Amino acid sequence: MAQEYLEFEKPIADLEKKIEELTLFTSNGDINLEEEILKLHKKSDQLRAEIYSRITPWQKAQISRHPNRPYTLDYIEAMMTDFVEMHGDRAFADDPAIVSGMAKLDGMPLTVIGHQKGRTTKEKIFRNFGMPNPEGYRKALRVMRFAERFRKPLLTFIDTPGAYPGIGAEERGQGESIARNLSVMSQLKTPILTVVIGEGGSGGALALGVADRILMLEHSTYSVISPEGCAAILWNNGAKASEAAELLKITAQDLFQMKVVDEVVEEPIGGAHRDPRRAAELLKEAVVRNLAEIRNVPFDDLLKQRYEKLRRIGMFDEI
Amino acid sequence: MAWFKKERPEKLSSETPAKKVKIPEGLWVKCDNCKEIIYRKEVEKNFKVCPKCDYHFRITASERLPYLVDEGSFFEVEDGLSPRDALGFKDYKEKLKSSRKKTGLKDAIISGEAKIGGCPVQLVVMDFNFMGGSMGSVVGEKIARAVERAIDKKTPFISVASSGGARMQEGILSLMQMAKTSAATARLAEAGLPFISILTDPTFGGVTASFAMLGDLILAEPKCLIGFAGPRVIEQTIKQQLPAGFQRAEFLMEHGMIDMIVSRKDLHATLARILEFFTTE
Ligand SMILES: [Zn+2]
Repeated sequence: MAQEYLEFEKPIADLEKKIEELTLFTSNGDINLEEEILKLHKKSDQLRAEIYSRITPWQKAQISRHPNRPYTLDYIEAMMTDFVEMHGDRAFADDPAIVSGMAKLDGMPLTVIGHQKGRTTKEKIFRNFGMPNPEGYRKALRVMRFAERFRKPLLTFIDTPGAYPGIGAEERGQGESIARNLSVMSQLKTPILTVVIGEGGSGGALALGVADRILMLEHSTYSVISPEGCAAILWNNGAKASEAAELLKITAQDLFQMKVVDEVVEEPIGGAHRDPRRAAELLKEAVVRNLAEIRNVPFDDLLKQRYEKLRRIGMFDEI
Repeated sequence: MAWFKKERPEKLSSETPAKKVKIPEGLWVKCDNCKEIIYRKEVEKNFKVCPKCDYHFRITASERLPYLVDEGSFFEVEDGLSPRDALGFKDYKEKLKSSRKKTGLKDAIISGEAKIGGCPVQLVVMDFNFMGGSMGSVVGEKIARAVERAIDKKTPFISVASSGGARMQEGILSLMQMAKTSAATARLAEAGLPFISILTDPTFGGVTASFAMLGDLILAEPKCLIGFAGPRVIEQTIKQQLPAGFQRAEFLMEHGMIDMIVSRKDLHATLARILEFFTTE
């Protein structure tokens, strides 16, 4: 996969290009530049750490959508074994923007559901850029009930710009399909763990996100509206997305502070896209640990806690 | 009566955008739909529905109550809740202040207990005039509490939706109200109690994608706009004109998304008849 760079990653890109050139030069000639290359490598690591230590919310939003960022199927492959994909909502179609199925995590069977984006242009179109239609949410619903019936924990991955705004989606009840999942997840008699791995785009994200534990990767975002959408409404100018991103408080760190998510999972320096394997290792550790904590809670307590957690979210004054 | 004094909120419909007409205060009203000039008293007598074309004017929550519940039976509760600018969101405080002044409400919903056909119910009614009926922490909380009250008192729960969706100014907290309200109504269902959802013009976004579409029965006012994504967003995405009647109540009816379309004048009687089904042994 070709490495792509975001605007603010340009200095890293330049340095890496230089390293590449020097490496090529060394392998061609007899001048030994190894020391120089090593120095540049160190410098590039430092630069990356520095840049990533002071990223803005808007840059976070861009990282969360980074074209090289690992997607749901990448994490399933890296973290689990024996994945059997389940397709179709049994009513209308199979929506490739959501993947689901059964898998094993360190030998433990569990059910998995996640939004799925595409990597190549062809894949992106096939996956509808990770924007589900109602049949996607209804496939997810089927797998949720499957998880409950066979008493398997449910792990969901969130990574979507949002539910698809289309004519067919409205005809088939996009709103109802999301609402139904919220309702069913809140009462589902099996432990649910949700991880926001990239972009948490509004209701279309939340439709997979009512859970006992919610984790967010360090550079993921979760928001009621995209920064661009918010800027378009506020200033009639989508280009002011960076200001809107600040206002909306969309970063994992913000959500942790607001007690909407339970844990922020560390990513490799420079983001999950720099080292997907390491990112998956870090996430796996957090998933295994959190699942262990909720796995043996009696269902009555689990559902009660799940509800009370939601009930606490919100800020208002009362006289 | 202020309901036609204000300029109508921007039309959500993609159908032939009509020229903005300021309606002068006075004896006459211009219908937003058929553009006929109608005697104001006639419209008021007709449940604020255009006698020429059956267009249901947008009305406030308090204007709606008399059409909904038994006369004098509404008792407001949870009226002490007011929104907070939790995110420090640009201009939110000012918007709240002006909305409060405009509507006399603290937020976009009123909640209470009432009787319909003699049957006690817990009821919430949204008000589009307060920041587009958007759902933030207060709206979510009041809905959840109303549902919990219904569970405690073993009464049906009725909601009247009128909303552009989640309230952007409260960020993720607003989004989570979708989960909160849906989880509450799921508990109501577990308790074996009925939920009747009434959709009015307009019902969109996070409200459509949560409690509003979860009613055991879903009713809608004629021709009202209901959807998940706004028509403009859809048009921009698919770069196509939307078909006539798209996202109207009749469109949802045709696609199996709602149970019935009920004229405002028939709403009270219809609700009474439905509730009787649940209360009769
Ligand atoms: Zn008319």
